[in-house]
Amino acid sequence: MKNKKAGNQSVFFQNPPVVISGYSVVGPKEGQGPLRDSFDVILKDTYDGEKSWEKTEAKMLERSMRGAIDKAQVPLESVDYILAGDLLNQIISSNFAARQLGLPFIGLYGACSTMALSLALGGMLIDGGYASKVLCSASSHHDTAERQYRLPTEQGNQRPMYAQWTVTGAGSILLADAGNGPKLTSATIGRVIDYGETDTNNMGAAMAPAVADTILNHFQDLNRPPDYYDLVLTGDLGVLGLQLVTELLKRSNLNIRNTFTDCGVMIFDTEQDTHAGGSGCGCSAVVLTGNILSRMQSGEIKKVLLIGSGSLHSPASALQGESMPAIGHAISLEMQ
Amino acid sequence: MPNSDLRPPTLKVTPEEYKEITKKLTPKPKVVKNTILAFLVGGLICSIGQIIINSYMLYLGLTKLSAQIAGTATLIFLGALLTGLGVYDEIVRVGGAGGIIPVTGFANSMVSPALEYKKEGYVFGVGGKLFTIAGPILVYGIASSIIVGIIYLLLR
Repeated sequence: MKNKKAGNQSVFFQNPPVVISGYSVVGPKEGQGPLRDSFDVILKDTYDGEKSWEKTEAKMLERSMRGAIDKAQVPLESVDYILAGDLLNQIISSNFAARQLGLPFIGLYGACSTMALSLALGGMLIDGGYASKVLCSASSHHDTAERQYRLPTEQGNQRPMYAQWTVTGAGSILLADAGNGPKLTSATIGRVIDYGETDTNNMGAAMAPAVADTILNHFQDLNRPPDYYDLVLTGDLGVLGLQLVTELLKRSNLNIRNTFTDCGVMIFDTEQDTHAGGSGCGCSAVVLTGNILSRMQSGEIKKVLLIGSGSLHSPASALQGESMPAIGHAISLEMQ
Repeated sequence: MPNSDLRPPTLKVTPEEYKEITKKLTPKPKVVKNTILAFLVGGLICSIGQIIINSYMLYLGLTKLSAQIAGTATLIFLGALLTGLGVYDEIVRVGGAGGIIPVTGFANSMVSPALEYKKEGYVFGVGGKLFTIAGPILVYGIASSIIVGIIYLLLR
């Protein structure tokens, strides 16, 4: 058997899996943002007719999963696995969405890095010959995240300027062993990095070192020049995190001169008062399935590196004074 | 704790240096603007309270003490109402501590969990989580009042 591993942390795909479809569902606030035209569905309110936000999130995720399958015009039964994750305890949104689809399901937890993680694993399943179609999904909901990680939603408080706003959104990508669309060419699995940040409002600062570490290893493992990609896109570092990762890479002698941006920065306007930008599993999921895929299909950009970024703390660990470990997973998409 | 024993390549920045960089790049809170807004919002809430108390004395003929109690109850009601209408968190977003410190802020901290956790049922939802925000305030408020009371008793 041929070894498909490259360097320490990366894999390259011999028969690159193809992104045959992507589908995004977002909340009203995201639907007012600068990327509004790229989403498939924009909900009118944060409940969408459900009794609780948790139910809404599961429904959103299910809708994005079915949407991706329908868009690719393949039968539901042809999908071999669902790989999905979210932010809620016991990843209930993914469990409940997968219950409705009735397909073999692998639940993932990578915090906000889940979309990149699911694509990396989906690619391995397909290129390894264990599947021909894998559905990769992730979701988050602003209000479910707030009530789990922070305060009741109607509780008055003042968020610091470096805090981010959890995106309400679900995105799904259908990966297949053949078809038309951008190809998943490589993946770099991150390691857990902790630079000692303890402020749970400052997730950008907690995640930036992990993302920088993964980027550094990705370029070294695959021996690619820093200007290989048309777009290097981090998951949800926000304004501050993006500045920090740029600084970290500069000091580590990796100068990415090409477009370098962040999904959390792209998804909201500064006038939307989200402070440092978007966050959450849904953030990179909807920006990738919406904006990025359509720009790749139109030929505007050909090579994209997405580094999903996740902060791996819990409310309990933060209260116990632990710092916030973080992880970054990278995947590269290329249009041939 | 950060792992100092990672396989290379690693970042050429130590956690200590990173702390410095983070400190430099993190936006500072706008102290002057926030203080003025907190002063205005807090002052406005207190002025409304004073107007209510004076009106109770003037029009309902309540004694000063009764008017103060009734006025506080009215403010608590207004804080609860504005929380239910989804307005109070917006007031605090602008006014900060000016909206948290007055009794309306306390009402907000009681009503918001009550609203939020209704979905988990009346016993373990509302009943169990009602004091998540106000609980610590009550625990330490009551504890310190007991200590102050004992000191007062001893000094008398």
